[in-house]
Amino acid sequence: MNMTEKILAHGAHLESVHPGQLIMADLDMVLGNDITSPVAIREFPKFGKQHVFDKNKVALVPDHFVPNKDIKAAEQCACVRAFAKAEEIKNYFEVGRMGIEHALLPEKGLVTAGDVVIGADSHTCTYGALGAFSTGVGSTDMACGMATGKAWFKVPETIKVNLTGKLKKYVTGKDVILHLIGMIGVDGALYKSLEFTGPGVAALSMDDRFTISNMAIEAGGKAGIFLVDEKTLQYLKEAGAAEPKIFSADEDAEYSSQVDIDLSTIELTVSYPHLPENTHLVKDSSSIKIDQVVIGSCTNGRISDIRAAAEILKGRKVADGVRCIIIPATQKIWKEAMDEGLFDIFIDAGAVVSTPTCGPCLGGYMGILAEGERCVSTTNRNFVGRMGHVKSEVYLASPYTAAASAVTGYITEPAALKEVR
Amino acid sequence: MVREGKVFKYKDNVDTDVIIPARYLNSSDPKELASHCMEDIDKDFTKSVKDGDIIVAGRNFGCGSSREHAPIAIKESGISCVIATSFARIFYRNSINIGLPILECEEASREIEAGDEVRVDFSSGTITDITSGKVYHAEPFPPFMQDLINAGGLASYMKENY
Repeated sequence: MNMTEKILAHGAHLESVHPGQLIMADLDMVLGNDITSPVAIREFPKFGKQHVFDKNKVALVPDHFVPNKDIKAAEQCACVRAFAKAEEIKNYFEVGRMGIEHALLPEKGLVTAGDVVIGADSHTCTYGALGAFSTGVGSTDMACGMATGKAWFKVPETIKVNLTGKLKKYVTGKDVILHLIGMIGVDGALYKSLEFTGPGVAALSMDDRFTISNMAIEAGGKAGIFLVDEKTLQYLKEAGAAEPKIFSADEDAEYSSQVDIDLSTIELTVSYPHLPENTHLVKDSSSIKIDQVVIGSCTNGRISDIRAAAEILKGRKVADGVRCIIIPATQKIWKEAMDEGLFDIFIDAGAVVSTPTCGPCLGGYMGILAEGERCVSTTNRNFVGRMGHVKSEVYLASPYTAAASAVTGYITEPAALKEVR
Repeated sequence: MVREGKVFKYKDNVDTDVIIPARYLNSSDPKELASHCMEDIDKDFTKSVKDGDIIVAGRNFGCGSSREHAPIAIKESGISCVIATSFARIFYRNSINIGLPILECEEASREIEAGDEVRVDFSSGTITDITSGKVYHAEPFPPFMQDLINAGGLASYMKENY
């Protein structure tokens, strides 16, 4: 069996599983946010259980429209808060202690290798970076998970992504995943799991892996699972996560197909509107003028992303006519960035730093685009109207590219910037 | 069960952000969600959709976010069925879980045109384009999903079995 099959077999208490098999698996964590939880809370009583199956295995993270953007958002958060209190949910994270869910859960040690996790948010696949089977579901599945501790799955076919080589300077996990989505398309992994393996994994940081797993869904994937190595174990230990359950693919594991990527050949990549598969090289995009830059989100709001932005913006200025919005993904990352002096760099550059929120990524608030405006964003989707007006445009890129673009006002490679004197 | 209606036709990769834009997700009221359904790609949808009407689309329908608000908005609009070449997996799950009928049929997705009158027989998976006279057969659901549908959705199925 491959990793996906082994984790699912373990979760379903079966000797083995095969693609296409329908299984009922036990869940190690059930997650929801302020958008999806209210619907799940409404559905919860229909499952006929008095309480949640395990108050330690439910995580409720208001993050999309918090701090509350309007009265309706406030009402939704109030609903989640009341449920968390009534059910004594241990992992409810209030404003001031919260973060963007997919940066927060790993940081808090709430997911470990070998776990089976569902979340009512499509980017729940992020925890694949930790060697977990982790997938996005809807609110009814979340309600089911909270009530019963179970979810049904069709065991997916798996695509093996064999990584070799090492990334060049300024090239990150974001460029890798955009490149892969460009290769296989937005439904290239539809109903399938992606397994990231091969000698190239070792050189990828955990933050790079989180970014790559995070966007598995943008290829239609059910999961994006990395092999577990020393870096994973070190991360889990530092986060205080539960004992890892390490599953590695058998020699004769079966895959529906294989994709080979030599990391050393990947160049800075940007996805043009209005699909993540619409990839181009950053160096071929220098004529595209922009109005806004967003650096943050569950994809790229981790400390290495904020440091990357600071590395570029240090001693430089955001171009006239450009708004540069930086959103560290959790309170911990926020404090780290502040303590390292990165906020001084941002403020001196003319950028703004926001409290953790998903806000602009999904066109909620905190950076909405007007008609005709263009944004280079480190987020994950560039669909029609995603960040605002139907006739606005989102270009997806890495924090390095986004920060460099903020400096020139055009899509720009960091290496093309003038030296800081 | 047989339903009949007029077709709204869309292309590949219809994402959940255009089915129901996130700016309206500060509400989970089905009626409010339905009042904005598809508005970013089809301003006329909410004005002209009638009970029983059918959406026909291409590949990867419902890609993107996990928001159950998307199938809820479509169902509340009165749409009786979505026919597509393929569905994004979370949308597929959500539709089954909330009882929005969906059918995969590449030929029907390709050939049926906007405005056609179409009849769908869910028990057999037969799709009849009354306008063109052509008949199509959709992929049947696997038995487990048929059980979920017959039980009346995920909640009742789990209550009966777990």
